[in-house]
Amino acid sequence: MKKIVSLILSVFVIVSLFCSVGCGKKYDATLIVYNWGGPYMAEGSNDSIDINKMFEERYNVKIKYRTYDSNEAMYAKLKNGGAEYDIIIPSDYMVARLIEEGLVEKLDFSNIPLFESNIMDNFKNPTYDPTNEYSVPYSWGAVGIIYNKEVVKEEVKSWDILWDEKYKDNVLMFNNSRDAFMVAQTMLGYSQNTTNKDEIKAAADKLSEQKSVVQGYYMDEIYDKMINEDAAIATYYAGDALVMMEENENLAFAYPEEGTNRFVDAVCIPKGSKNKKYAEMYINFLLEAEIALANSEVTGYCTPNSAAFELLDEDTKSNKIMYPDDEYLKKCESYIHLPSEINTYVQELWINIKTEG
Amino acid sequence: MKNRALAIPHIVWALVFIVIPICFVLYFAFTDDSGAFTLMWVGQIGKYWGVFARSLKLALIATVICLLVGYPMAYIISRCNWLTQRTLTMLIMLPMWMNFLLRTYAWMTLLERNGIINNFLESIGLISEPLKMINTEGAVVIGMVYNFLPFMILPLYNIMVKIDNSLIEAAQDLGCSFPSVLRRVLFPLSVPGIINGITMVFVPAASTFVISQKLGGAKNMLIGDLIDTYFMGGEPNFHVGSMLSLVLMLIILICMAFMNQDDEEVML
Repeated sequence: MKKIVSLILSVFVIVSLFCSVGCGKKYDATLIVYNWGGPYMAEGSNDSIDINKMFEERYNVKIKYRTYDSNEAMYAKLKNGGAEYDIIIPSDYMVARLIEEGLVEKLDFSNIPLFESNIMDNFKNPTYDPTNEYSVPYSWGAVGIIYNKEVVKEEVKSWDILWDEKYKDNVLMFNNSRDAFMVAQTMLGYSQNTTNKDEIKAAADKLSEQKSVVQGYYMDEIYDKMINEDAAIATYYAGDALVMMEENENLAFAYPEEGTNRFVDAVCIPKGSKNKKYAEMYINFLLEAEIALANSEVTGYCTPNSAAFELLDEDTKSNKIMYPDDEYLKKCESYIHLPSEINTYVQELWINIKTEG
Repeated sequence: MKNRALAIPHIVWALVFIVIPICFVLYFAFTDDSGAFTLMWVGQIGKYWGVFARSLKLALIATVICLLVGYPMAYIISRCNWLTQRTLTMLIMLPMWMNFLLRTYAWMTLLERNGIINNFLESIGLISEPLKMINTEGAVVIGMVYNFLPFMILPLYNIMVKIDNSLIEAAQDLGCSFPSVLRRVLFPLSVPGIINGITMVFVPAASTFVISQKLGGAKNMLIGDLIDTYFMGGEPNFHVGSMLSLVLMLIILICMAFMNQDDEEVML
C-alpha cells in the first residue's frame, strides 16, 4: 500500500514538474536570432529597451538570442548545417556569399511592408544584393581618416596623405588585406571589388611603397593609439571616430574625396528556417521607427531607416561624419564576395608586402 | 604492469593533443584540395626563407638574453635560504598568473611613443624627442624576453639548487677563482638546465605571432604570423600553413638534436 501511494505521489510530482515548465506560457513559435556579439541590438543590456521582449509580448513568439564574433564564424555554422537559425545579420560581402551559395531564403516582402516606406532609397538594391530579394539593411558605417590636428596642420582631402613622407612613422594602417587594398584601390581610382589582376597588383605596389611611412598595421588598437597620440594619422571607422574625438579634442576626422568603403550589415533568413513567416514579421518589426532608433543608439552605427533617422536629434542628423551627404555616398562602394582565386591572389600579395625587406 | 596503467592518461593525452594534430599537419602538408598526394606545397616554402631566418634570428637573440639574465638570477636564487628561495621563485612566476596577451598589451603601453617609458624619460629631462621603441625588432625581442624569461630561470634554478655548496667551496679551497669555478664546476653541472631553458625559450619565441603583431606593428611577419595568416586569414590555405608548421618543427628538431649532442659530450 505504501509503495502504491509513493508511486502515485511520485508520478504526480513528475507530471507537475513537466507542467510547470511546459504549461507556463504557450508561444505560437520560437525564433532563433543569430546576431553579432557585443551590443548589436537593443536587447535590454546597458539600460536599453528590450526589443526582443516587446516582440515576444506583441506576437506571442519566443525569441532565442545567439551571438557570433565574425562573419566567418557565422558562415561556418550555416555551411555545416549544424544549427537552425531564423534570423542572421551578416555584413555586405557575406550576404553576397550566402546568396551565391544558396544559404539564404528569398524574402516575401508582402510580410515586410515597412521596407518600402522606411528604408532609404540609396540602400535599396545594393551591390551585394542587386535585386534586393534576400536582405534588409540593418546598420551601416564608413571608413575614413582620423588624424591629430596638432601634427597634421593641412586639410585632409585624399587617401594619399597616408603616403606622405612628412608623416613617416606617424601613420597607422588597417591590418587586414581587404581594407588595406580598399584604400590603395580607391586612391588609384579602381573599384574596391576589382577582379582585374593588374589593378590589384598596382594597388599592392602602392601599399609596399607606403610601408616605410607606416608605423604599424593594427585593427582595434588604432582606437587607443590615436587617443593617446602614439600616431598622428590612421584609417578608422566614422562611428568610433566620433567617440574618439570626444576623448581627445586634438583628433579630427575626414572622408577622402576619392570615396571610401561603406559597410552595411543586413538582415537575412537562412535556408531551412522553420518559421519563415514569423521571421519576416520580426524583420518588419525591426524596421519600425522606434525599434530601429533604439538599435542604432545601442550599436553606435548609422541607420538606413529614414523613419528612425527623422527621430534622431538635430545634432546627429546634421553630423557630416555620421551621415555624409548623398553625393559623397554615391562615391562609396560596399564589398561584395570576390572569387576565391582573387582572394588568394590578394592574400599572396599582402603577405609579400609584409615579408619583404 | 601497474606502472603502465598509470601512464595511460598521459598516453591518451599525448595521442589526442600531440600525435593526432601532427598527423593532420602531415596530411594537409602533403595533399591538395581533393586529398590527393602532392609535393607542390614544398615549392611554396622557398620564398619564405627570409621569414624563417628573421624569426630564428630574433628567437636566438631573445634566448641568449634570457640565458645571460637568467643564469646569474638562477644562481643567486639557488644560494639563498629556503624561505627567500620560495619567495623569489614565486615572484618570478607571478607575472605568469596574468594572461599572456595582457602582458603583451602592458608592454605596448610601456613602449608607445607617448608611453610610460618615454614620458618618464622626458619628464626627468633625459630625452627631448620620444625614443622610437614600439614597432621595432627590439620591441619584439623585449616582448619575447619578458614573456619567456621564467621558462629560462626555473629549469636553471631547479638544477642549480641541487648543486651542493660544498662543491663550490672545495673548488675555492683548492685555489679556484670564481670565473673558473663558474667555468669548471657550475657550468658543467648545470648543462641539463641550460638545455632545458634554451628549449623552453627558443621554441615559443621562434613560433610566436602575438608579440610581433602587437609590439612589432605587424610590419615584418615572423613565421608564426605567416602560419596564422594561412590558417585564419581571409582566404585560408591549410596546406601551405601545415607545410610551414612542418618545416618549422623540423628546424627546431634539428637545432635540439645538435644541442643534445653537445650535452652528451659535456656529460662524458
